[in-house]
Amino acid sequence: MLDFQVVTNPALIRDLRRAVGAKWVLDAPEDLIVYEYDATIERGMPEAVVLPDSDEQVAAAVRIARRHNVPVTARGAGTGLSGGAIPCDGGVVIATSRMNRILEVDPENRLAVVEPGVINLDVSEAVAPYGLYYAPDPSSQKACTMGGNVAENAGGPHCLRYGTTTNHVLGLQIVTPEGDLLWLGDKTPDPPGYDLTGLVVGSEGTLCIVTKIIVRLLDRPQSTVTLLAIFDEVDQASRAVSAIIGQGIVPAALEMMDRNTMRAVEEAVHAGYPPDAGAVLLIEVDGLEEETREQADSVRALCDELGARELRIGFSLEDRERLWAGRKGALGALGRLAPSYYILDGVVPRTKLPAVLRGVYEACDRFGFQVANVFHAGDGNLHPNILFDERVPGATQRVLDLGAVIMRLCVDAGGTITGEHGVGYEKRNYMSWIFSEDDLEVMGRVKLAFGTGGAFNPGKVFPSSKGCGEVSSRMKGAIAKAGPDAYV
Amino acid sequence: MDRPAGFSGPFVRQRRIRAGPNAVSDADLSRCVHCGLCLQHCPTYTETGLETESPRGRLYLIKAIAEGRIEATPTAVGHLDLCLQCRNCEAVCPSGVPYGRIMEGARAEVLANGRTPLAWRLRTLFLREVIARPGRMAALAACLRLYRASGLRWLAERVPYVRDRVVLAPTVSGPTFPPKAGVLGRPQDKARGRVALLTGCIMPHAFGRVHEATVRVLARNGFEVVAPPGQLCCGALHTHSGDRPTARALARRNVDAFVEANADAIVVNSAGCGSTMKEYGELLADDPEYADKAERLAGLVKDVTELLAGLPLEPPSGRVEALVTYQDPCHLAHAQRISSAPRYLLSAIPGLRLVEMARPDRCCGGAGVYSLAHRDMSLDLLDGKIQDVAATGATMIATANPGCMAQLEAGLRRYRLPGRVVHVVELLDEAYGRSPDGV
Repeated sequence: MLDFQVVTNPALIRDLRRAVGAKWVLDAPEDLIVYEYDATIERGMPEAVVLPDSDEQVAAAVRIARRHNVPVTARGAGTGLSGGAIPCDGGVVIATSRMNRILEVDPENRLAVVEPGVINLDVSEAVAPYGLYYAPDPSSQKACTMGGNVAENAGGPHCLRYGTTTNHVLGLQIVTPEGDLLWLGDKTPDPPGYDLTGLVVGSEGTLCIVTKIIVRLLDRPQSTVTLLAIFDEVDQASRAVSAIIGQGIVPAALEMMDRNTMRAVEEAVHAGYPPDAGAVLLIEVDGLEEETREQADSVRALCDELGARELRIGFSLEDRERLWAGRKGALGALGRLAPSYYILDGVVPRTKLPAVLRGVYEACDRFGFQVANVFHAGDGNLHPNILFDERVPGATQRVLDLGAVIMRLCVDAGGTITGEHGVGYEKRNYMSWIFSEDDLEVMGRVKLAFGTGGAFNPGKVFPSSKGCGEVSSRMKGAIAKAGPDAYV
Repeated sequence: MDRPAGFSGPFVRQRRIRAGPNAVSDADLSRCVHCGLCLQHCPTYTETGLETESPRGRLYLIKAIAEGRIEATPTAVGHLDLCLQCRNCEAVCPSGVPYGRIMEGARAEVLANGRTPLAWRLRTLFLREVIARPGRMAALAACLRLYRASGLRWLAERVPYVRDRVVLAPTVSGPTFPPKAGVLGRPQDKARGRVALLTGCIMPHAFGRVHEATVRVLARNGFEVVAPPGQLCCGALHTHSGDRPTARALARRNVDAFVEANADAIVVNSAGCGSTMKEYGELLADDPEYADKAERLAGLVKDVTELLAGLPLEPPSGRVEALVTYQDPCHLAHAQRISSAPRYLLSAIPGLRLVEMARPDRCCGGAGVYSLAHRDMSLDLLDGKIQDVAATGATMIATANPGCMAQLEAGLRRYRLPGRVVHVVELLDEAYGRSPDGV
């Protein structure tokens, strides 16, 4: 007895098996069910999962899905935070976990060619012998895939200084909706013609499926210093963020964690955070030896001035990794505080951080939920994590309502609805808060130009009243509650 | 837990995992927030690329079965069965999901609910009727000894079709550890303490030399070593296989035997056994007569490397000139979180150079009887492991668990590589110059 329907289409399964081998096509409900989730609270069951081994096999799978008129959703490691890999209209999931080869490393030209299933951190490890690394470093970098990073234009702590994925991708091999393989961009830094590579990065799997990625590599900085500053109050820490950037220092990373997050992290990695502290800032500066030492000194002085109760500093790799350990595992550690969390991804102007954070705490209080904030303070990219128990009837709905309220706070403060996780499924209806009908129309035309229609990752990015039916009415409710001018 | 409206069916009620006495707790299961940080640490996920063979996927399957969303079909049970229970995921989980406990509970439910695959049931029968019984174990060991001594093994491992099918069978050679109980070793000077040694099921037959080395090294470090009479197999393999009744029966016997011994510590030189004995409190939590005793006893259990590394170690007098690489036994590094103690002991040996292999804490594929039950996966993992070992150039692989030792020995034979597989205490013993004091 199943509480979900699996649409079975024997002809589709047979064709897929012929294309990629029987072993690499899943259609049993007990196999499909583990492809209904990612790291969010969204769910959607595919009707088949394909694990191709090559670009040709991806193209073949796409052709077959098109022939059977079912949508295709690409999936990397399923660590995404906007429901991007969830097949909300069913159809075929193409999982890239077997396409995990680093095809070429070209140290002279500072680039590498990788398959979409390669793990983010593996790229940096593979090129480390040449003194190079791949800069974007999402917190899930030990697990997330390059394909997923490209789709969501993933960020990470170090994007403050180095930019997000889009600044590090030179070219892409893609599969079109017709199932053809073609290259966008190449190994040159600025190819002529339209920047189609830039268009595809961050398109959340709605335009094409990426099968090869040419990434830019950077020289490892000569020197890196990590500072950890502990504050009594979140407000103090927020002011320190503005002060540091106001001084003209652009740290490689500037991260904040609040009390709840510190509590979870402390349990997980025993970082030695005082239990009564209000917030911790993690500041990393890198560059030439002299420069970093100067900047570290200024940061230290500023934090002192603004009332930091404790400062730790790490120069060696081991010391720095120890300081970072808490931040990198923070999200998963939240499982220690509550069975579920709902992570939000809003952006606000840096100067508005203290006010918006206060608003976030107030809203959570009003809704009766605990919140843990862990985020990229340097670029104003907030990640409030609402802690709840999804087994409590109605809790999920109220959390989504609260999420809408918080998103609205960000937008009202002059910010936007996503910094790095993508719009995906859950935030698509907020798109109309920041884009006019005309803006969305233009985006829709881009999608038409690629000829995808609903072929790739349907139900994502664009506001829609149809799709995963029950949920979109749910979203409408949430948006209605967010304010009378929600649909400006 | 709320079930979807209109959801019913008599068979579903029966097959809910949480329904049974081995109940996987809701609190344990809901700790997983499916962040995915376990994936790259899971040997079966990285080998297959399948979410169904990942820790996150398996937890989700267990949950889905518990909630009645899917049935415990052979496919679903197969995914649970392919897990090595290496618990690497548990060690890296930021959320602290007690994966080992959940998987053991889920397997116990699967086994209790009678839809277990035949191979699994046969395995359980073998574990209960042979491994848990010293007499039959000795007979099996005698057969394996003959298999090797007669040259049959040599032959079988050279026949192409047969080779892969037999290579993982454990080797039994060398002297059997005398099955005597009582005092095994005494220190020359005054004793630092008295420790009780778990002799175990297969160790005395396959790795008697490790026990002998353990006794000598402990005596050299000032311990009187006793083997409490009446002790049996620790029950680790039974727990892992889901046979909790047998595991509990064995645990109760051992609790009696070791309480009687009244030692300062219980020393285990097999990581898998140590891990299970440290969890005796949990295993017998529902037994009013044994719960407290088991909990107290569990607190006394120490891996031999853990005990020695915590001492002012008697400095080794002799040298062991060798390039050694260390394989972390999963149940030492992940289940017991001990990884620096064995390395510390190795580094204390004059002449010995320790060279780390890539991913030393990745499972070698041995995993108890896993190598016999899932030969293909086991061989795949072993192949990767031997490549990592070969890349170090080491001539010796040190580890701290009989399952790993047997598996790594098979790996060396499979690739016709020279080299020795040793327990950490054997190297320490060699460094002590096999001093006669004590035995």
